[in-house]
Amino acid sequence: MLAYILRSLTQATLVMLAVAFIAFSMFRYVGDPVASIVGQDATLKDRQELTESLGLNDPFPLQFVRFLGNALQGDFGISYRQGRPVAELLIERLPATIELAVISAAVALGLGLMLGIYAALNRRGVIANIVMSLSLIGVSLPTFLIGIGLIFLFSVYLRWLPSFGRGEVVAFGWWTTGLLTDSGRKSLIMPVITLGFFQLTLIMRLVRAEMLEVMRTEYIKFARARGLSDGSVHFRHALRNAMVPVITITGLQLGSIIAFAIVTETVFNWPGLGALFVRSVEVVDIPVMAAYLMFVGLVFVVVNLIVDVLYFLVDPRLRGGITVPSR
Amino acid sequence: MSEPVISVRNLQVEFVTRRATLRAIDGVSFDIHKGEVLGVVGESGAGKSVTGAAIIGLIEPPGRISGGEILLNGRRIDNLSPEEMRKVRGRKVAMIFQDPLTSLNPLFRVGEQLVETIRTHLQMNERQARDRAVELLTEVGIPAPEKRIDGYPHEFSGGMRQRVVIALALCAEPDFIVADEPTTALDVSVQAQIISLIKKLGRERGMAVMLVTHDMGVIAETADRVAVMYAGRLAEIGPVRDVVQRPMHPYAKGLMGAIPTLEASTERLVQIPGSMPRLSSIPRGCAFNPRCADVFARCHVDQPLPLSVQGRQVACHLYENERLKTAEVAR
Ligand SMILES: Nc1ncnc2c1ncn2[C@@H]1O[C@H](COP(=O)(O)OP(=O)(O)O)[C@@H](O)[C@H]1O
Ligand SMILES: [Mg+2]
Repeated sequence: MLAYILRSLTQATLVMLAVAFIAFSMFRYVGDPVASIVGQDATLKDRQELTESLGLNDPFPLQFVRFLGNALQGDFGISYRQGRPVAELLIERLPATIELAVISAAVALGLGLMLGIYAALNRRGVIANIVMSLSLIGVSLPTFLIGIGLIFLFSVYLRWLPSFGRGEVVAFGWWTTGLLTDSGRKSLIMPVITLGFFQLTLIMRLVRAEMLEVMRTEYIKFARARGLSDGSVHFRHALRNAMVPVITITGLQLGSIIAFAIVTETVFNWPGLGALFVRSVEVVDIPVMAAYLMFVGLVFVVVNLIVDVLYFLVDPRLRGGITVPSR
Repeated sequence: MSEPVISVRNLQVEFVTRRATLRAIDGVSFDIHKGEVLGVVGESGAGKSVTGAAIIGLIEPPGRISGGEILLNGRRIDNLSPEEMRKVRGRKVAMIFQDPLTSLNPLFRVGEQLVETIRTHLQMNERQARDRAVELLTEVGIPAPEKRIDGYPHEFSGGMRQRVVIALALCAEPDFIVADEPTTALDVSVQAQIISLIKKLGRERGMAVMLVTHDMGVIAETADRVAVMYAGRLAEIGPVRDVVQRPMHPYAKGLMGAIPTLEASTERLVQIPGSMPRLSSIPRGCAFNPRCADVFARCHVDQPLPLSVQGRQVACHLYENERLKTAEVAR
């Protein structure tokens, strides 16, 4: 167990180092940091002083190590455009993105599992077939179209839900939540659907396919032959096996919900990290872009770690280093 | 003779496909008594597994039992509700499958699977069920069962896994068990052990056993009676000595001839030309007629019904006269 987790951790660290390196290269070599900060018409002396004080004259490895050290302490430099520490900007935007993503992920996972299982167990049922057909829309329709469609229907036409922003939020220290106010909750509905719909349909189709696959196996036939109840056969024996492949793909999908809320946030003008990123791309605010890149990397690495551990807990064949005997 | 444990009467099983309704089992009848082993042979696709599945009520759509009856201890079980049948399955009738490597759920400890099965059918608490599980593992010959019970399936060898599978099938002491090619997937070295285990358990517990196998040697050694299936029909069924050594149905002759025996190894090795028809193209009359050396006009017209000849049942027109003769003698 320990060895397995250590291996996963090592991998995670390596990936993070690579991401940090890319972020650093971007920061250092895309555009001229000095020019970005002081502008084109600063004197040569000013520029040289700034270059020196930013440590840009130091050898490359030293600069990278310093960048890493700062990043570990939560220091991602100063935004070129807003003149504030990047970390501060990120933290300000974090709650909006996390709240949206976590709720979307929970909805996508919960509904996806339930519908997937339902569709697998009632393969020939009318409802299952309708659900399956509808899910094709989710898989094939681009996110922004769903968002715009929802806005058109519920904001413009029915006037039920707000089309942008988080509504009123309540603050707890640096954290803010929209869940405690009416307007906050209403504001969440459409972005959650928009962000989660694709993942929902994907998870559902995946769970269904895996369940059907497992239901065909000999051990399920044998479980039935022993007279085990349908409940046990479906939810104990079949579901657990179906989850093994589902966990990996689902984990990555949920990771991408958090990481790539960009489109949804733009469509709904949601004050989250994605919107911040889009803004910083428009104005070439390199430190913010670099920090966002590292954030996305971190989310994926953490999700991957969790997936690895879950995998390990679900599948005994991975434990104790015993290999599956081949036939 | 006492009432049979399992009595299959004129069983028909059909699979409804988009193009046609295929009859996989057509008019199969046999009895199996307490403590008796019925060997079932026939080339693959003959309907052996489907027959077993029909008895334990595991034919799944698009398949269905479209005719006949199945009786367990004199009571019909083919028309029970799914829930009633579930309670019979595992409790009264059990089935073990071909491949022990895939018959066990890889994610659960062997003990968990045993305890769950025991507690599904018997009123026992966790502790009692676990004790019983250890007993069962001991009985099927798993060494150090108290320790092995907490192992996962992948930690067992193929032969040991098949023993676990057998223990699982025996959890609630069923009266009848189908063993569907239980050794096909195993190493030759352990095949004999598993077969003799099944035979021993059947005898000790007075179970009725339906043993499906390709191995005529196993049949000769283990079975009391043998049924030869062809294209969903019974070609011949009777005491193992008679059928194996003096088969009457031309297909059975070919099948038995295809196995070398000790006395006459080479000269009996006849090959049956051709192959078994697909379900969608079973010929009119006798299903075996395209391949039969002794075919005559009637074989293309009438489907032969089982005839009682020389202490067995043979579905072949060749023996119509013989049956008449026996009948005359009897009169
Ligand atoms: N689910 C199914 N759908 C359609 N045909 C089936 C199905 N299961 C079995 N059959 C057909 O039933 C016939 C008998 O199969 P089976 O009993 O498995 O043969 P075997 O004697 O080799 O065990 C075969 O022709 C097979 O194609
Ligand atoms: Mg078979």
